[in-house]
Amino acid sequence: MSSTEIDRQWTTRLRHRVAHRLPPEKMLPDTQPAYVASWIYVFGVTTLSAFAVVVLSGFILALKGPQWWHVSGIGHFVNSLHLWSVEIFFFAMVIHLWGKYFMAAWRGGRSLTWVTGVVTFLVSIATAFTGYVSQTNFDSQWISTQAKDGINSTGAGSFFNVLNFGQMLMWHIVLLPLAAVVLTGLHVLMVRAKGVVPPFEEKEEAR
Amino acid sequence: MSESPDVKVAPWTGPQRPYDIIKEGTIAFVVVAILTIGLALVFSSPDDPQVTVQQWSTKAPIDFAQTALAELNGTSGTAQYGAPYNTASSGQQLGPFTLAKWLGATIPVNTVRDFVVDPLTDQPATPALSSALTQWKGASATQRTAWVDAYTKASGKMTFTNGTVSVPTNAAGPVPVMINTLEQMARSGALDQALVTQSGFYTSNFTLPLLFLADGSYLGDLAQQRHLLGTQWGMMNETGNYPGQAWLWLYTFWYQVPPFSTSANADVQVWGIMMLLSLLLLLVPFIPGLRSIPRWTRVYRLIWRDHYRAQGA
Amino acid sequence: MAESLLAALVSLNGPGHYFHWHWIDISYANLTVIALMVVTFVAALFVPFPGRRHKKETK
Ligand code: HEM
Repeated sequence: MSSTEIDRQWTTRLRHRVAHRLPPEKMLPDTQPAYVASWIYVFGVTTLSAFAVVVLSGFILALKGPQWWHVSGIGHFVNSLHLWSVEIFFFAMVIHLWGKYFMAAWRGGRSLTWVTGVVTFLVSIATAFTGYVSQTNFDSQWISTQAKDGINSTGAGSFFNVLNFGQMLMWHIVLLPLAAVVLTGLHVLMVRAKGVVPPFEEKEEAR
Repeated sequence: MSESPDVKVAPWTGPQRPYDIIKEGTIAFVVVAILTIGLALVFSSPDDPQVTVQQWSTKAPIDFAQTALAELNGTSGTAQYGAPYNTASSGQQLGPFTLAKWLGATIPVNTVRDFVVDPLTDQPATPALSSALTQWKGASATQRTAWVDAYTKASGKMTFTNGTVSVPTNAAGPVPVMINTLEQMARSGALDQALVTQSGFYTSNFTLPLLFLADGSYLGDLAQQRHLLGTQWGMMNETGNYPGQAWLWLYTFWYQVPPFSTSANADVQVWGIMMLLSLLLLLVPFIPGLRSIPRWTRVYRLIWRDHYRAQGA
Repeated sequence: MAESLLAALVSLNGPGHYFHWHWIDISYANLTVIALMVVTFVAALFVPFPGRRHKKETK
Protein backbone atom coordinates (compact mmCIF):
# COMPACT_ATOMS: atom_id res chain seq x y z
CA MET A 1 0.00 0.00 0.00
CA SER A 2 1.46 3.33 -1.01
CA SER A 3 1.58 6.19 1.41
CA THR A 4 -0.26 8.41 -1.07
CA GLU A 5 -3.14 5.98 -0.92
CA ILE A 6 -3.22 6.34 2.84
CA ASP A 7 -2.92 10.10 2.56
CA ARG A 8 -5.96 10.21 0.32
CA GLN A 9 -8.20 8.31 2.70
CA TRP A 10 -11.12 10.29 4.07
CA THR A 11 -10.14 9.16 7.54
CA THR A 12 -6.58 10.38 7.19
CA ARG A 13 -7.63 13.65 5.70
CA LEU A 14 -10.15 14.28 8.48
CA ARG A 15 -7.50 13.52 11.11
CA HIS A 16 -5.04 15.91 9.48
CA ARG A 17 -7.62 18.67 9.27
CA VAL A 18 -8.67 18.30 12.89
CA ALA A 19 -5.08 18.14 14.05
CA HIS A 20 -4.26 21.19 11.98
CA ARG A 21 -7.24 23.32 13.05
CA LEU A 22 -7.39 22.16 16.65
CA PRO A 23 -3.97 21.03 17.87
CA PRO A 24 -3.84 20.18 21.60
CA GLU A 25 -2.13 23.51 22.39
CA LYS A 26 -5.15 25.29 21.00
CA MET A 27 -7.74 22.97 22.51
CA LEU A 28 -6.25 23.24 25.98
CA PRO A 29 -3.91 26.24 25.95
CA ASP A 30 -1.84 27.11 28.98
CA THR A 31 -1.45 30.76 28.11
CA GLN A 32 -3.67 33.52 26.78
CA PRO A 33 -2.71 36.75 25.00
CA ALA A 34 -1.73 39.45 27.47
CA TYR A 35 -4.83 41.55 26.71
CA VAL A 36 -7.12 38.83 28.17
CA ALA A 37 -7.37 40.55 31.52
CA SER A 38 -10.93 41.54 32.32
CA TRP A 39 -13.82 40.08 34.29
CA ILE A 40 -15.93 40.26 31.14
CA TYR A 41 -14.15 37.13 29.90
CA VAL A 42 -15.56 34.94 32.66
CA PHE A 43 -19.16 35.18 31.47
CA GLY A 44 -18.71 32.65 28.68
CA VAL A 45 -17.46 30.00 31.07
CA THR A 46 -20.11 31.06 33.62
CA THR A 47 -22.80 30.48 30.99
CA LEU A 48 -21.25 27.10 30.26
CA SER A 49 -21.23 26.20 33.97
CA ALA A 50 -24.85 27.27 34.45
CA PHE A 51 -25.78 25.22 31.40
CA ALA A 52 -24.13 22.20 33.01
CA VAL A 53 -26.14 22.71 36.22
CA VAL A 54 -29.33 23.08 34.16
CA VAL A 55 -28.65 19.80 32.38
CA LEU A 56 -27.66 17.92 35.55
CA SER A 57 -30.73 19.06 37.50
CA GLY A 58 -32.85 18.21 34.45
CA PHE A 59 -31.38 14.70 34.48
CA ILE A 60 -32.47 14.23 38.09
CA LEU A 61 -35.99 15.44 37.25
CA ALA A 62 -36.02 13.01 34.33
CA LEU A 63 -35.18 10.07 36.62
CA LYS A 64 -38.60 10.27 38.26
CA GLY A 65 -40.74 11.72 35.49
CA PRO A 66 -42.62 14.95 34.90
CA GLN A 67 -45.04 14.87 37.89
CA TRP A 68 -42.63 13.87 40.63
CA TRP A 69 -41.74 17.38 41.72
CA HIS A 70 -45.35 18.20 42.63
CA VAL A 71 -45.54 15.47 45.25
CA SER A 72 -42.02 15.21 46.68
CA GLY A 73 -40.09 17.75 48.75
CA ILE A 74 -36.85 16.51 47.23
CA GLY A 75 -38.39 16.71 43.78
CA HIS A 76 -39.47 20.27 44.41
CA PHE A 77 -35.96 21.15 45.55
CA VAL A 78 -34.51 19.69 42.35
CA ASN A 79 -37.04 21.74 40.40
CA SER A 80 -35.80 24.82 42.27
CA LEU A 81 -32.24 23.97 41.24
CA HIS A 82 -33.42 23.67 37.66
CA LEU A 83 -35.27 27.02 37.73
CA TRP A 84 -32.50 29.02 39.38
CA SER A 85 -29.77 27.58 37.20
CA VAL A 86 -31.84 28.61 34.19
CA GLU A 87 -32.11 32.14 35.56
CA ILE A 88 -28.33 32.23 36.09
CA PHE A 89 -27.78 30.75 32.63
CA PHE A 90 -29.72 33.52 30.88
CA PHE A 91 -28.27 36.15 33.20
CA ALA A 92 -24.71 35.16 32.32
CA MET A 93 -25.47 34.58 28.64
CA VAL A 94 -26.91 38.06 28.15
CA ILE A 95 -23.92 39.71 29.86
CA HIS A 96 -21.66 37.52 27.71
CA LEU A 97 -23.54 38.76 24.64
CA TRP A 98 -23.20 42.41 25.66
CA GLY A 99 -19.50 41.92 26.35
CA LYS A 100 -18.82 40.23 23.01
CA TYR A 101 -20.76 42.94 21.23
CA PHE A 102 -18.71 45.75 22.72
CA MET A 103 -15.51 43.89 21.94
CA ALA A 104 -16.76 43.37 18.35
CA ALA A 105 -15.61 39.81 18.93
CA TRP A 106 -16.66 38.73 15.42
CA ARG A 107 -13.57 40.41 13.91
CA GLY A 108 -10.77 38.46 12.27
CA GLY A 109 -12.84 35.60 10.84
CA ARG A 110 -14.86 35.02 14.00
CA SER A 111 -18.29 35.84 12.57
CA LEU A 112 -19.42 32.23 12.78
CA THR A 113 -18.66 32.26 16.50
CA TRP A 114 -21.07 35.16 16.88
CA VAL A 115 -23.66 33.49 14.66
CA THR A 116 -23.59 30.19 16.58
CA GLY A 117 -23.86 32.24 19.79
CA VAL A 118 -27.03 33.98 18.61
CA VAL A 119 -28.55 30.71 17.40
CA THR A 120 -27.79 29.14 20.78
CA PHE A 121 -29.49 32.09 22.47
CA LEU A 122 -32.64 31.58 20.35
CA VAL A 123 -32.61 27.82 20.89
CA SER A 124 -32.24 28.41 24.64
CA ILE A 125 -35.33 30.63 24.62
CA ALA A 126 -37.29 27.88 22.87
CA THR A 127 -35.97 25.31 25.33
CA ALA A 128 -37.02 27.43 28.30
CA PHE A 129 -40.44 27.99 26.76
CA THR A 130 -41.10 24.27 26.23
CA GLY A 131 -39.96 23.74 29.82
CA TYR A 132 -42.50 26.24 31.09
CA VAL A 133 -45.31 24.49 29.23
CA SER A 134 -44.17 21.06 30.48
CA GLN A 135 -44.52 21.92 34.16
CA THR A 136 -47.97 20.29 34.46
CA ASN A 137 -49.33 23.05 36.69
CA PHE A 138 -51.26 26.32 36.40
CA ASP A 139 -48.31 28.06 34.75
CA SER A 140 -48.14 25.56 31.94
CA GLN A 141 -51.90 25.67 31.41
CA TRP A 142 -51.87 29.43 31.14
CA ILE A 143 -48.65 29.82 29.17
CA SER A 144 -49.58 27.16 26.62
CA THR A 145 -53.08 28.48 26.00
CA GLN A 146 -51.67 31.99 25.54
CA ALA A 147 -48.66 31.05 23.46
CA LYS A 148 -50.71 28.93 21.07
CA ASP A 149 -52.10 32.11 19.47
CA GLY A 150 -48.68 33.51 18.65
CA ILE A 151 -47.37 30.24 17.30
CA ASN A 152 -50.58 29.37 15.44
CA SER A 153 -50.59 32.80 13.77
CA THR A 154 -47.29 31.97 12.06
CA GLY A 155 -48.61 28.66 10.77
CA ALA A 156 -46.14 26.70 12.91
CA GLY A 157 -49.03 25.62 15.14
CA SER A 158 -50.05 23.14 12.49
CA PHE A 159 -47.10 20.93 13.40
CA PHE A 160 -45.84 22.38 16.70
CA ASN A 161 -48.82 21.98 19.04
CA VAL A 162 -48.05 23.70 22.34
CA LEU A 163 -51.18 22.12 23.88
CA ASN A 164 -49.80 18.64 23.29
CA PHE A 165 -47.94 17.96 26.51
CA GLY A 166 -46.19 14.83 25.22
CA GLN A 167 -44.85 16.67 22.20
CA MET A 168 -43.66 19.65 24.25
CA LEU A 169 -41.95 17.43 26.82
CA MET A 170 -40.08 15.59 24.07
CA TRP A 171 -38.90 18.87 22.56
CA HIS A 172 -37.88 20.09 25.99
CA ILE A 173 -35.91 17.09 27.14
CA VAL A 174 -34.59 15.65 23.87
CA LEU A 175 -34.55 17.75 20.73
CA LEU A 176 -33.85 21.27 21.98
CA PRO A 177 -31.26 20.35 24.65
CA LEU A 178 -29.46 18.24 22.06
CA ALA A 179 -29.42 21.21 19.69
CA ALA A 180 -28.19 23.50 22.48
CA VAL A 181 -25.40 21.10 23.46
CA VAL A 182 -24.23 20.65 19.86
CA LEU A 183 -24.35 24.38 19.15
CA THR A 184 -22.53 25.23 22.37
CA GLY A 185 -19.89 22.65 21.51
CA LEU A 186 -19.33 24.13 18.06
CA HIS A 187 -19.28 27.63 19.56
CA VAL A 188 -16.58 26.80 22.08
CA LEU A 189 -14.52 24.82 19.55
CA MET A 190 -14.56 27.82 17.22
CA VAL A 191 -13.32 30.07 20.00
CA ARG A 192 -10.52 27.65 20.73
CA ALA A 193 -9.59 27.29 17.05
CA LYS A 194 -9.47 31.04 16.43
CA GLY A 195 -8.19 32.24 19.78
CA VAL A 196 -9.62 35.18 21.66
CA VAL A 197 -10.21 38.28 19.53
CA PRO A 198 -7.40 40.92 19.74
CA PRO A 199 -8.17 44.54 20.72
CA PHE A 200 -8.90 47.23 18.12
CA GLU A 201 -5.64 48.54 16.67
CA GLU A 202 -5.21 52.19 17.61
CA LYS A 203 -2.22 53.10 15.47
CA GLU A 204 -2.19 56.89 15.77
CA GLU A 205 -2.32 56.77 19.53
CA ALA A 206 0.17 53.96 19.95
CA ARG A 207 2.91 55.44 17.83
CA MET B 1 -13.79 45.50 0.44
CA SER B 2 -13.51 44.35 4.01
CA GLU B 3 -10.55 46.35 5.20
CA SER B 4 -12.95 47.76 7.79
CA PRO B 5 -11.59 47.61 11.34
CA ASP B 6 -15.01 46.24 12.32
CA VAL B 7 -14.31 43.13 10.24
CA LYS B 8 -10.56 42.59 10.16
CA VAL B 9 -7.94 42.33 12.81
CA ALA B 10 -4.43 40.99 12.52
CA PRO B 11 -3.63 37.83 14.49
CA TRP B 12 -1.98 38.57 17.81
CA THR B 13 1.79 38.26 17.90
CA GLY B 14 2.32 40.09 21.18
CA PRO B 15 3.06 38.69 24.63
CA GLN B 16 1.19 35.80 26.24
CA ARG B 17 0.57 35.21 29.89
CA PRO B 18 -0.16 32.05 31.89
CA TYR B 19 -3.86 31.27 32.02
CA ASP B 20 -5.30 28.04 33.45
CA ILE B 21 -8.63 27.56 31.66
CA ILE B 22 -9.42 24.23 33.34
CA LYS B 23 -8.95 25.79 36.76
CA GLU B 24 -11.07 28.76 35.68
CA GLY B 25 -13.80 26.42 34.45
CA THR B 26 -13.76 24.36 37.63
CA ILE B 27 -14.01 27.43 39.82
CA ALA B 28 -16.83 28.82 37.69
CA PHE B 29 -18.76 25.55 37.93
CA VAL B 30 -18.37 25.32 41.69
CA VAL B 31 -19.40 28.94 42.18
CA VAL B 32 -22.47 28.57 39.96
CA ALA B 33 -23.45 25.28 41.63
CA ILE B 34 -23.20 26.82 45.10
CA LEU B 35 -25.13 29.90 44.01
CA THR B 36 -27.86 27.71 42.51
CA ILE B 37 -28.16 25.58 45.64
CA GLY B 38 -28.27 28.73 47.76
CA LEU B 39 -31.00 30.37 45.70
CA ALA B 40 -32.99 27.10 45.64
CA LEU B 41 -32.74 26.73 49.42
CA VAL B 42 -33.63 30.33 50.14
CA PHE B 43 -36.36 30.93 47.57
CA SER B 44 -37.52 27.48 46.41
CA SER B 45 -39.66 27.66 43.23
CA PRO B 46 -43.30 28.38 42.39
CA ASP B 47 -45.83 25.64 41.71
CA ASP B 48 -49.40 26.91 41.49
CA PRO B 49 -51.60 23.85 41.22
CA GLN B 50 -53.27 22.99 37.95
CA VAL B 51 -56.88 23.96 37.30
CA THR B 52 -59.34 21.20 36.45
CA VAL B 53 -62.63 21.44 34.59
CA GLN B 54 -64.12 20.05 37.80
CA GLN B 55 -62.74 22.97 39.80
CA TRP B 56 -63.85 25.48 37.16
CA SER B 57 -67.44 24.20 37.01
CA THR B 58 -67.63 23.99 40.81
CA LYS B 59 -66.28 27.50 41.46
CA ALA B 60 -67.93 29.17 38.45
CA PRO B 61 -70.85 26.99 37.35
CA ILE B 62 -72.51 29.66 35.20
CA ASP B 63 -69.25 30.53 33.41
CA PHE B 64 -68.82 26.85 32.64
CA ALA B 65 -72.40 26.44 31.35
CA GLN B 66 -72.14 29.59 29.22
CA THR B 67 -68.87 28.31 27.76
CA ALA B 68 -70.47 24.94 27.01
CA LEU B 69 -73.24 26.82 25.24
CA ALA B 70 -70.68 28.84 23.29
CA GLU B 71 -69.13 25.56 22.11
CA LEU B 72 -72.60 24.43 21.03
CA ASN B 73 -73.68 27.63 19.27
CA GLY B 74 -70.30 28.24 17.68
CA THR B 75 -69.43 31.53 19.37
CA SER B 76 -66.50 30.31 21.50
CA GLY B 77 -62.92 31.29 20.77
CA THR B 78 -62.11 27.79 19.61
CA ALA B 79 -65.25 27.49 17.46
CA GLN B 80 -64.30 30.66 15.58
CA TYR B 81 -60.55 30.13 15.60
CA GLY B 82 -59.71 28.97 12.10
CA ALA B 83 -56.48 27.06 11.46
CA PRO B 84 -55.07 24.85 12.84
CA TYR B 85 -58.33 23.80 14.55
CA ASN B 86 -61.02 24.44 11.91
CA THR B 87 -61.92 26.58 8.92
CA ALA B 88 -64.35 28.91 10.69
CA SER B 89 -62.19 31.96 9.91
CA SER B 90 -59.05 32.70 7.96
CA GLY B 91 -57.14 33.57 11.12
CA GLN B 92 -54.50 36.27 11.46
CA GLN B 93 -52.77 37.75 8.50
CA LEU B 94 -49.51 39.50 7.84
CA GLY B 95 -50.31 41.82 4.95
CA PRO B 96 -51.65 39.52 2.26
CA PHE B 97 -50.28 36.37 3.92
CA THR B 98 -52.66 34.11 5.83
CA LEU B 99 -49.91 31.83 7.07
CA ALA B 100 -52.03 29.75 9.42
CA LYS B 101 -54.72 29.16 6.82
CA TRP B 102 -52.16 28.04 4.27
CA LEU B 103 -50.85 25.38 6.59
CA GLY B 104 -54.37 24.17 7.19
CA ALA B 105 -56.56 22.72 9.92
CA THR B 106 -54.20 19.94 10.91
CA ILE B 107 -55.53 19.58 14.46
CA PRO B 108 -59.25 19.38 13.75
CA VAL B 109 -61.53 20.37 16.61
CA ASN B 110 -65.28 20.35 16.21
CA THR B 111 -66.54 22.10 19.32
CA VAL B 112 -70.08 20.65 19.18
CA ARG B 113 -68.89 17.11 18.79
CA ASP B 114 -65.66 17.16 20.84
CA PHE B 115 -66.73 19.30 23.79
CA VAL B 116 -70.43 18.43 24.12
CA VAL B 117 -71.89 15.51 22.22
CA ASP B 118 -69.04 12.98 22.43
CA PRO B 119 -68.43 13.45 26.17
CA LEU B 120 -72.16 13.13 26.84
CA THR B 121 -72.28 9.96 24.78
CA ASP B 122 -69.54 8.53 27.03
CA GLN B 123 -71.67 9.06 30.13
CA PRO B 124 -73.58 6.17 31.67
CA ALA B 125 -77.04 6.69 30.20
CA THR B 126 -79.92 8.03 32.24
CA PRO B 127 -83.36 7.98 30.61
CA ALA B 128 -83.39 11.78 30.28
CA LEU B 129 -79.91 11.93 28.72
CA SER B 130 -80.56 9.01 26.37
CA SER B 131 -83.69 10.53 24.98
CA ALA B 132 -82.04 13.96 24.68
CA LEU B 133 -79.14 12.50 22.71
CA THR B 134 -81.46 10.43 20.53
CA GLN B 135 -83.49 13.53 19.83
CA TRP B 136 -80.33 15.56 19.02
CA LYS B 137 -78.74 12.95 16.81
CA GLY B 138 -81.95 12.36 14.89
CA ALA B 139 -82.64 16.03 14.22
CA SER B 140 -81.84 18.03 11.10
CA ALA B 141 -79.22 20.76 11.19
CA THR B 142 -81.91 23.46 10.98
CA GLN B 143 -83.80 21.93 13.88
CA ARG B 144 -80.64 21.80 16.01
CA THR B 145 -79.88 25.41 15.22
CA ALA B 146 -83.41 26.44 16.17
CA TRP B 147 -83.08 24.69 19.56
CA VAL B 148 -79.67 26.16 20.23
CA ASP B 149 -80.85 29.64 19.22
CA ALA B 150 -83.84 29.43 21.55
CA TYR B 151 -81.55 28.40 24.41
CA THR B 152 -79.03 31.09 23.55
CA LYS B 153 -81.71 33.81 23.56
CA ALA B 154 -82.85 32.82 27.02
CA SER B 155 -79.35 32.24 28.37
CA GLY B 156 -79.06 35.78 29.70
CA LYS B 157 -81.38 34.59 32.47
CA MET B 158 -79.45 31.41 33.16
CA THR B 159 -79.50 30.32 36.79
CA PHE B 160 -77.71 27.69 38.78
CA THR B 161 -79.76 26.56 41.76
CA ASN B 162 -79.73 23.32 43.71
CA GLY B 163 -77.05 22.00 41.45
CA THR B 164 -79.07 22.48 38.27
CA VAL B 165 -78.52 24.80 35.32
CA SER B 166 -81.77 26.22 34.01
CA VAL B 167 -82.82 28.69 31.42
CA PRO B 168 -86.40 29.99 30.94
CA THR B 169 -87.40 28.48 27.61
CA ASN B 170 -89.48 25.57 26.36
CA ALA B 171 -88.35 25.80 22.76
CA ALA B 172 -84.83 24.41 23.16
CA GLY B 173 -85.58 20.71 22.70
CA PRO B 174 -82.82 18.52 24.19
CA VAL B 175 -80.38 21.39 24.77
CA PRO B 176 -81.28 22.11 28.43
CA VAL B 177 -80.72 18.46 29.36
CA MET B 178 -77.45 18.39 27.42
CA ILE B 179 -76.03 21.51 29.03
CA ASN B 180 -77.18 20.51 32.48
CA THR B 181 -75.79 16.99 32.16
CA LEU B 182 -72.48 18.37 30.92
CA GLU B 183 -72.40 20.59 34.00
CA GLN B 184 -73.01 17.59 36.28
CA MET B 185 -70.37 15.66 34.41
CA ALA B 186 -67.89 18.49 34.80
CA ARG B 187 -68.59 18.85 38.52
CA SER B 188 -68.05 15.16 39.10
CA GLY B 189 -64.66 15.25 37.35
CA ALA B 190 -65.87 12.93 34.60
CA LEU B 191 -65.52 15.58 31.89
CA ASP B 192 -61.81 16.04 32.67
CA GLN B 193 -61.38 12.35 31.88
CA ALA B 194 -63.72 12.27 28.88
CA LEU B 195 -61.84 15.12 27.19
CA VAL B 196 -58.44 13.47 27.41
CA THR B 197 -59.45 9.89 26.69
CA GLN B 198 -61.01 10.55 23.32
CA SER B 199 -57.90 9.21 21.66
CA GLY B 200 -57.96 6.03 23.75
CA PHE B 201 -56.36 4.73 26.90
CA TYR B 202 -52.89 6.26 26.82
CA THR B 203 -52.68 9.96 26.21
CA SER B 204 -50.27 12.82 26.57
CA ASN B 205 -52.22 15.36 24.55
CA PHE B 206 -54.27 17.98 26.37
CA THR B 207 -55.37 20.04 23.40
CA LEU B 208 -59.11 19.55 24.02
CA PRO B 209 -59.32 20.28 27.76
CA LEU B 210 -56.92 23.23 27.43
CA LEU B 211 -58.92 24.78 24.60
CA PHE B 212 -62.16 24.27 26.55
CA LEU B 213 -60.65 25.83 29.70
CA ALA B 214 -59.27 28.76 27.73
CA ASP B 215 -62.68 29.43 26.16
CA GLY B 216 -64.15 30.23 29.60
CA SER B 217 -63.35 33.25 31.76
CA TYR B 218 -62.27 31.32 34.84
CA LEU B 219 -58.69 30.57 33.74
CA GLY B 220 -58.19 34.13 32.50
CA ASP B 221 -59.53 35.55 35.78
CA LEU B 222 -57.00 33.52 37.74
CA ALA B 223 -54.26 34.70 35.39
CA GLN B 224 -55.31 38.31 35.77
CA GLN B 225 -55.11 38.06 39.56
CA ARG B 226 -51.57 36.73 39.07
CA HIS B 227 -50.68 39.54 36.67
CA LEU B 228 -50.10 37.16 33.79
CA LEU B 229 -52.31 38.62 31.06
CA GLY B 230 -50.74 39.57 27.76
CA THR B 231 -51.84 43.16 28.36
CA GLN B 232 -50.01 43.09 31.71
CA TRP B 233 -46.66 42.19 30.10
CA GLY B 234 -47.63 38.77 31.43
CA MET B 235 -45.35 36.78 29.16
CA MET B 236 -42.30 37.68 31.18
CA ASN B 237 -44.03 37.23 34.54
CA GLU B 238 -44.07 34.30 36.92
CA THR B 239 -46.61 33.52 39.65
CA GLY B 240 -45.91 35.08 43.07
CA ASN B 241 -42.77 37.18 43.35
CA TYR B 242 -40.50 34.92 41.35
CA PRO B 243 -38.51 36.22 38.41
CA GLY B 244 -39.95 34.99 35.11
CA GLN B 245 -38.78 34.95 31.54
CA ALA B 246 -37.23 38.41 31.65
CA TRP B 247 -35.55 37.63 28.32
CA LEU B 248 -38.99 37.96 26.68
CA TRP B 249 -39.17 41.67 27.53
CA LEU B 250 -38.90 42.87 23.96
CA TYR B 251 -41.41 40.32 22.66
CA THR B 252 -44.03 41.24 25.25
CA PHE B 253 -43.22 44.97 24.89
CA TRP B 254 -44.68 45.18 21.37
CA TYR B 255 -48.06 43.99 22.58
CA GLN B 256 -48.29 47.02 24.90
CA VAL B 257 -47.90 49.72 22.26
CA PRO B 258 -49.93 50.81 19.23
CA PRO B 259 -50.57 49.66 16.61
CA PHE B 260 -50.14 46.17 18.04
CA SER B 261 -52.06 46.79 21.26
CA THR B 262 -55.24 47.21 19.25
CA SER B 263 -54.49 45.08 16.20
CA ALA B 264 -56.47 41.93 15.42
CA ASN B 265 -53.31 40.60 13.80
CA ALA B 266 -50.99 41.49 16.68
CA ASP B 267 -49.64 37.97 17.17
CA VAL B 268 -48.40 37.48 13.66
CA GLN B 269 -47.14 41.08 13.41
CA VAL B 270 -45.15 40.82 16.62
CA TRP B 271 -43.76 37.45 15.55
CA GLY B 272 -42.75 39.01 12.26
CA ILE B 273 -40.94 41.84 14.01
CA MET B 274 -39.18 39.53 16.43
CA MET B 275 -37.99 37.24 13.64
CA LEU B 276 -36.66 40.25 11.78
CA LEU B 277 -34.89 41.59 14.88
CA SER B 278 -33.44 38.15 15.63
CA LEU B 279 -32.10 38.03 12.10
CA LEU B 280 -30.53 41.47 12.61
CA LEU B 281 -28.84 40.28 15.80
CA LEU B 282 -27.62 37.18 13.98
CA LEU B 283 -26.18 39.26 11.15
CA VAL B 284 -24.61 42.03 13.26
CA PRO B 285 -21.07 41.17 12.06
CA PHE B 286 -22.17 41.87 8.48
CA ILE B 287 -24.27 45.00 8.93
CA PRO B 288 -22.37 48.29 8.45
CA GLY B 289 -23.21 50.77 11.16
CA LEU B 290 -24.56 48.20 13.59
CA ARG B 291 -21.15 46.51 13.68
CA SER B 292 -19.33 49.83 14.15
CA ILE B 293 -21.11 50.92 17.33
CA PRO B 294 -18.60 49.03 19.50
CA ARG B 295 -15.72 50.98 17.92
CA TRP B 296 -17.52 54.30 18.16
CA THR B 297 -18.65 53.91 21.78
CA ARG B 298 -15.16 52.89 22.87
CA VAL B 299 -16.42 50.68 25.67
CA TYR B 300 -13.65 48.31 24.57
CA ARG B 301 -11.10 50.77 25.98
CA LEU B 302 -12.30 49.80 29.45
CA ILE B 303 -12.10 46.09 28.73
CA TRP B 304 -8.60 46.25 27.30
CA ARG B 305 -7.33 49.20 29.36
CA ASP B 306 -4.22 47.33 30.54
CA HIS B 307 -3.34 46.58 26.94
CA TYR B 308 -3.72 50.18 25.76
CA ARG B 309 -1.87 51.48 28.78
CA ALA B 310 1.02 49.09 28.09
CA GLN B 311 0.96 50.13 24.45
CA GLY B 312 1.02 53.81 25.31
CA ALA B 313 3.92 53.37 27.74
CA MET C 1 -37.00 15.95 57.98
CA ALA C 2 -35.02 16.33 54.78
CA GLU C 3 -38.21 17.47 53.13
CA SER C 4 -38.87 20.31 55.56
CA LEU C 5 -35.26 21.42 55.32
CA LEU C 6 -35.75 21.82 51.60
CA ALA C 7 -38.68 24.25 51.87
CA ALA C 8 -38.10 27.91 51.07
CA LEU C 9 -36.55 30.07 53.79
CA VAL C 10 -38.00 33.17 52.17
CA SER C 11 -41.32 32.58 50.49
CA LEU C 12 -41.82 34.37 47.21
CA ASN C 13 -45.36 33.04 46.91
CA GLY C 14 -48.32 35.28 47.63
CA PRO C 15 -49.45 38.31 45.64
CA GLY C 16 -46.82 39.66 43.28
CA HIS C 17 -45.52 43.22 43.46
CA TYR C 18 -45.37 45.30 40.35
CA PHE C 19 -43.71 48.51 39.28
CA HIS C 20 -46.15 50.46 37.16
CA TRP C 21 -45.16 53.64 35.33
CA HIS C 22 -47.13 54.88 32.32
CA TRP C 23 -47.32 51.83 30.08
CA ILE C 24 -44.39 50.08 31.75
CA ASP C 25 -45.53 47.30 34.03
CA ILE C 26 -42.90 44.96 35.43
CA SER C 27 -42.59 42.74 38.47
CA TYR C 28 -40.05 43.79 41.09
CA ALA C 29 -38.56 40.31 40.73
CA ASN C 30 -37.81 40.81 37.03
CA LEU C 31 -36.74 44.40 37.65
CA THR C 32 -34.25 43.17 40.25
CA VAL C 33 -32.86 40.59 37.87
CA ILE C 34 -32.43 43.13 35.08
CA ALA C 35 -30.88 45.73 37.39
CA LEU C 36 -28.46 43.10 38.70
CA MET C 37 -27.49 42.25 35.14
CA VAL C 38 -26.65 45.85 34.33
CA VAL C 39 -24.76 46.26 37.60
CA THR C 40 -22.83 43.05 36.99
CA PHE C 41 -21.96 44.11 33.46
CA VAL C 42 -20.71 47.52 34.56
CA ALA C 43 -18.78 45.94 37.42
CA ALA C 44 -17.18 43.48 35.01
CA LEU C 45 -15.93 46.44 32.97
CA PHE C 46 -14.57 48.45 35.87
CA VAL C 47 -13.38 46.04 38.55
CA PRO C 48 -9.67 45.31 37.99
CA PHE C 49 -8.91 41.74 36.97
CA PRO C 50 -6.46 40.14 39.38
CA GLY C 51 -3.10 38.85 38.25
CA ARG C 52 -1.49 40.89 35.53
CA ARG C 53 -1.35 44.59 36.16
CA HIS C 54 1.17 45.09 38.91
CA LYS C 55 4.02 42.78 37.99
CA LYS C 56 4.56 43.47 34.34
CA GLU C 57 3.60 47.06 33.92
CA THR C 58 5.69 48.45 36.70
CA LYS C 59 8.82 47.14 35.01
C1 HEM D 1 -25.14 28.65 25.69
C2 HEM D 1 -24.72 29.84 25.51
C3 HEM D 1 -23.26 30.24 25.36
C4 HEM D 1 -22.17 29.64 25.91
C5 HEM D 1 -22.11 28.42 26.84
C6 HEM D 1 -21.02 30.40 25.47
C7 HEM D 1 -19.73 30.10 25.83
C8 HEM D 1 -18.60 30.80 25.39
C9 HEM D 1 -17.27 30.62 25.88
C10 HEM D 1 -16.85 29.64 26.99
C11 HEM D 1 -16.45 31.47 25.20
C12 HEM D 1 -14.95 31.70 25.41
C13 HEM D 1 -14.70 32.54 26.64
C14 HEM D 1 -15.19 33.95 26.55
O1 HEM D 1 -14.67 34.74 25.73
O2 HEM D 1 -16.12 34.29 27.29
C15 HEM D 1 -17.28 32.18 24.26
C16 HEM D 1 -16.84 33.13 23.35
C17 HEM D 1 -17.65 33.86 22.48
N1 HEM D 1 -19.04 33.93 22.54
FE1 HEM D 1 -20.23 32.67 23.56
N2 HEM D 1 -21.45 31.41 24.66
C18 HEM D 1 -22.80 31.37 24.58
C19 HEM D 1 -23.64 32.24 23.90
C20 HEM D 1 -23.19 33.31 23.13
C21 HEM D 1 -24.02 34.35 22.59
C22 HEM D 1 -25.53 34.47 22.81
C23 HEM D 1 -23.19 35.19 21.86
C24 HEM D 1 -23.49 36.43 21.09
C25 HEM D 1 -24.54 36.64 20.41
C26 HEM D 1 -21.87 34.66 21.95
C27 HEM D 1 -20.76 35.20 21.32
C28 HEM D 1 -19.45 34.82 21.54
C29 HEM D 1 -18.30 35.29 20.81
C30 HEM D 1 -18.33 36.28 19.62
C31 HEM D 1 -17.18 34.70 21.39
C32 HEM D 1 -15.72 34.88 20.94
C33 HEM D 1 -15.01 35.71 21.93
C34 HEM D 1 -13.64 36.14 21.52
O3 HEM D 1 -13.08 35.73 20.49
O4 HEM D 1 -13.08 36.96 22.30
N3 HEM D 1 -21.87 33.54 22.76
N4 HEM D 1 -18.60 31.75 24.40
